[in-house]
Amino acid sequence: MGWDYTDDVKDHFLHPRNVGEIENPDGRGEVGSIVCGDALSLTIKVDKEHDIIEDAKFKTFGCGSAIASSSALTEMVKGKTIDEALSITNEQIADYLGGLPQQKMHCSVMGREALEAAIADYRGENWKKEEEEEGTMVCYCFSVTDKKIERAIRENNLKTVEDVTNYTKAGGGCTSCLGKIEEIIERVRAEMDKEQGKAPAETAPAKKAEVKAAQAAPAAPKKKLTNLERMNIIQKVINEEIRPALVHDGGDIILNDIDGTKVSVSLIGACAECQAVRLTGTGIEKRLSKAVGEDITLEIVPA
Amino acid sequence: MDEKKVIYLDNNATTMVDPEAVKAMMPYFSELYGNASSMHDFGNNLNKAIHEARQNLADLLGAENESELIITSCGSESDNTAIYSALRTYPERRHFITSQVEHPAIINTAKVLESRGYRVTYLPVDRAGRLNLDDLKAALTDDTFLVSLMWANNETGTVFPVEEAAKICAERGVLFHTDAVQAVGKVPMSLKDSAISMLSLSGHKLHAPKGIGALYVKRGVRFKPFITGGHQERGRRAGTENVPSLIALGVAAKRAKEFLPLEEAQVGRLRDKLEQSILHNIDNTLVNGDIENRLSGTTNISFGYVEGEAILLMLNQYGICASSGSACSSGSLEPSSVLRAMGVPFTHAHGSIRFSLSRFTTEEEIDKVIEVMPQIIGRLREISPYTPAAK
Repeated sequence: MGWDYTDDVKDHFLHPRNVGEIENPDGRGEVGSIVCGDALSLTIKVDKEHDIIEDAKFKTFGCGSAIASSSALTEMVKGKTIDEALSITNEQIADYLGGLPQQKMHCSVMGREALEAAIADYRGENWKKEEEEEGTMVCYCFSVTDKKIERAIRENNLKTVEDVTNYTKAGGGCTSCLGKIEEIIERVRAEMDKEQGKAPAETAPAKKAEVKAAQAAPAAPKKKLTNLERMNIIQKVINEEIRPALVHDGGDIILNDIDGTKVSVSLIGACAECQAVRLTGTGIEKRLSKAVGEDITLEIVPA
Repeated sequence: MDEKKVIYLDNNATTMVDPEAVKAMMPYFSELYGNASSMHDFGNNLNKAIHEARQNLADLLGAENESELIITSCGSESDNTAIYSALRTYPERRHFITSQVEHPAIINTAKVLESRGYRVTYLPVDRAGRLNLDDLKAALTDDTFLVSLMWANNETGTVFPVEEAAKICAERGVLFHTDAVQAVGKVPMSLKDSAISMLSLSGHKLHAPKGIGALYVKRGVRFKPFITGGHQERGRRAGTENVPSLIALGVAAKRAKEFLPLEEAQVGRLRDKLEQSILHNIDNTLVNGDIENRLSGTTNISFGYVEGEAILLMLNQYGICASSGSACSSGSLEPSSVLRAMGVPFTHAHGSIRFSLSRFTTEEEIDKVIEVMPQIIGRLREISPYTPAAK
């Protein structure tokens, strides 16, 4: 195969542990989406008296390493206290499997996110509120925020844009956000150097068991949307996420029409002239598809 | 993977070298190692065999004369040569037309041209991967120096109406090139009766070795060399002849031509058996591409709710080789650009598998794949969170 998987990855892929869904789970974490190519649904059963994870099950859509990472994750968390489980890093998931190819590290990140989401759910924390504090969207193709990129850089000591793409997928689509990723790397690494200068012995941000709710975008809604609901979501995503980013780059987007899952927009200014207009379109289409959980067909018409 | 019999259904990626071609080329590595350009008999004697090989290739293409062939190192070189020759033949023209679903040898070269200020039109395809020739007519301008459209698509096997497209271009006085890497040896051709100006082919896709290809340039079409140097290939492509590979290509071409009348009945029948069994036995599947106009040996099937790389890994356990348009298997994070240009929904592009057969594919091999596919998909769907509860 093209990928150099370890025997442990192959073993967990071919013989995944804990596949399924716990009935009436104490916590459920759902991250990723079918549009992006991988998604994980994790359910946990918790011994509430001792705060210990008694059981964990997963269902995963994705490649070999996504399935193996999910399987490994469930094995790792069983029998752990909630606090112990929260200290698991994506690196540890990869290590459990004897390592993952660099380009597949995002699979381990997805595992950790699902775990955090499930624990946040168990603790009854308000996801929506957390999400609003999550930062601004950097990669529209894969819905990755600056906060998520920053965290991946800190926890995995990432140095290059390629690293960030491998760990978070950001920049792996239309590539128009690569410049922004580079800025984030520069800023965060400068901060990390400064922090290390201040307190050389102490900083290990990865170990902080701070509950940050699901970092990934909201899981696609399960039940079928009404036309009105779909239109509202599409308008919200375009107005609140996509437009500010395009305006920032000297362009703008006009929403012409929504007909079922067909969305017609016009791009103006810098976007319209940009050669990447088609690619920009792909990113928007994907972001909208993800938000509504259905395949959106985007039509770009001249303004 | 342990030593098990390989079931090779990835013939659009590369093919087994025909054993007869291997046999024919071997002496040219040992006793017949001369340089065909030499003045002595030892080298010069090669020219008869070379001529025969070229003639076999010309026959396969239905070319008027073997002198219309320029032997190259691969399909990508042929594609690049064609584009740059046309570009330099018409230095005042700045417009190139191709399609959204071409091979990277064309697409990425087009992007280079764009970065140098040329205008490129990428013709769209419909949901079945079909081209609309009216789009081509509308795109042609007096500024167009070349139209390049593939004969058959590598991912879906969809065959474009290149002969008609060539005619449209000829009427407008525009050169027409076709990347026929997937079509040569699988589709009957008669270039002498067509308006196609240039055609690229690659040896390793038709049971010849890797490292050899050819560009057909119709007699009368002006040509500028891409690789300059010696006088080989009548001064149109410098570089010492790759004699062993060319001999093998000649044999492969001859064998392909002999087999061509059986292609549909043998390869096409096995492909149809595989495809129909999969569609019948596994729900939520669909075929990508134009099933009316398609290579006999190619099928591209999307399996809903599962991801392609995972399918390939499972197939690999049985020694079955195929390929996928999923993001994970491509090494990028986006699924196949061909499937996306066709508007295949992401949900299905991620789970697409291409099986490509050859004349060496056997019924037993196809039966094995038919047997294991439902298990593989069933297993992955058990793991998938998207599988509908009701079957």
